[in-house]
Amino acid sequence: MRKVYLDHAATTPAHPKVVEAMMPYFTGKFGNPSSLHDMGREAKDAVEKARGETAALIGARPEEILFTSSGAESNNFALKGLAQAYSQKGKHIIVSQIEHFSILHPAKTLEKSGFAVTYLETDKEGLVDPGDVEKAITKDTILVSVMHANNEIGTIEPIEEIAKITREKGVLFHTDAVASVGWVPVDVKALGVDALSLSGHQFYGPKGAAALFLRKGIRIKPLLEGGIQEDGRRAGTENVPAVVGLGKAAELAAAELPRRATYVSSLRDRLQRGLLEKIDHVVVNGHPTRRLPHNLNVSMWYVEGESMLLFLNMEGVSVSSGSACTSRSLKASHVLVCIGTDAAVANGTLLMTLGTGNTADDIDYVIEKLPPIVQRLREMSPLYEDMIKKEKVR
Amino acid sequence: MEQYSSKVMEHFAHPHNVGEIENADGVGTVGNPVCGDVMRLYIKVDNNVITDAKFKTFGCGAAIATSSMVTDLVRGKNIDEALKISNQAVAEALGGLPKVKMHCSVLAEEALKSALDDYYKKKGVPSPVKLPQESGHEHEME
Repeated sequence: MRKVYLDHAATTPAHPKVVEAMMPYFTGKFGNPSSLHDMGREAKDAVEKARGETAALIGARPEEILFTSSGAESNNFALKGLAQAYSQKGKHIIVSQIEHFSILHPAKTLEKSGFAVTYLETDKEGLVDPGDVEKAITKDTILVSVMHANNEIGTIEPIEEIAKITREKGVLFHTDAVASVGWVPVDVKALGVDALSLSGHQFYGPKGAAALFLRKGIRIKPLLEGGIQEDGRRAGTENVPAVVGLGKAAELAAAELPRRATYVSSLRDRLQRGLLEKIDHVVVNGHPTRRLPHNLNVSMWYVEGESMLLFLNMEGVSVSSGSACTSRSLKASHVLVCIGTDAAVANGTLLMTLGTGNTADDIDYVIEKLPPIVQRLREMSPLYEDMIKKEKVR
Repeated sequence: MEQYSSKVMEHFAHPHNVGEIENADGVGTVGNPVCGDVMRLYIKVDNNVITDAKFKTFGCGAAIATSSMVTDLVRGKNIDEALKISNQAVAEALGGLPKVKMHCSVLAEEALKSALDDYYKKKGVPSPVKLPQESGHEHEME
């Protein structure tokens, strides 16, 4: 059976060159970067090389890159670490309602410890209005966090415009770029952000290595204390092989990015066209043009997402029904609710995220397999039955 | 999330008794599309015995599997026996359900009770069925 992996927003495979670069650091070059002997030096050099490669991908300086274990850690670090470091200046934070839970939950936690948080709405396509950011900023505001691209609907936010406002107002600006780095050009200077999260396994790096860009001169309170690593800002022995892998993935992404984006977006467009042609009562969520090249988020009316996912899985096709944590909560995705998708329709949503390993044949296979699944489930659906009966009355 | 049992996957992939019954003696619809599942159960009753049961369900794998199982369990039972079918019985017959999906078995029990209640109403007889006030359809927090 054909295997088609369309869940690259969940994770990507590590690139063979990434794995190759990592291998020596498990065995022969296993030293601890904090050790003063040659073995330590060798590991330290590898970590610093990776820091340079990661910085280069986003137009940062090496010393502005802090390695972390995951995108979630980078986001927690940015929100809690910056809020606490600047709490004597003010206690108000602004985030959007469509942020990842690794921003929203720390925001809730900060609220419990005396911070005030404003949760900005978006429009129907998932865009935050920079004007809303400006209006929400008060004398007490210290931090704004708006994601670069949404991980579910793929909408790319007007980060440059928001950064202009935060700079004028003297407010820190963090962006969660976990979904976008490696897929669209990200340059911290052009974006004008003070902090940015990225994660290696989103763009063919290994799991377990991510980074927080922190513009030079900005303070942050560590989440993890008790070590000198990362300039004393994140204690814990570095995950050297994974960090080396992240560096390699960054180097490859920098070289291949335009080609990758063009390739996956043409396949995504083919998939979207094919599905819209063959399935009725279907909507594409997100922004028609300002979106990630590998993202397709579609809602099929009258059917439920998990059952589509399970049937696709039986055909060898891996997709997601919204974000994995969202499906565990048994609630319609907070992102789809925010953009005004009817909650019943939101439950019929599939998130398909493409990668460089997908082919046109893979896409055509999915276009062939999904419509009969939707039809079969609709024939089983009381909502579809009611709709057909209403149509007949009309 | 816990994985589904092979029995659940079997009933999900090849559900029994899908469809409608024309001129059914009882029909019950429970659930809410906002919560992600709606079950509609049709029953045919002959001499106090449920001779046929069919369903239509909008929902996840567990919702479809519990619908399939409850229609299997209820066929051939008399009404008193049918009223005793609990959500646990449905879940057990499926080899268990992941914890977060237990509400689907509750929904299956409620769909059956609602169809039986409808049966009494259609007959013009006071219904002995105790319908739950509010569906036991509580959600886990994310």
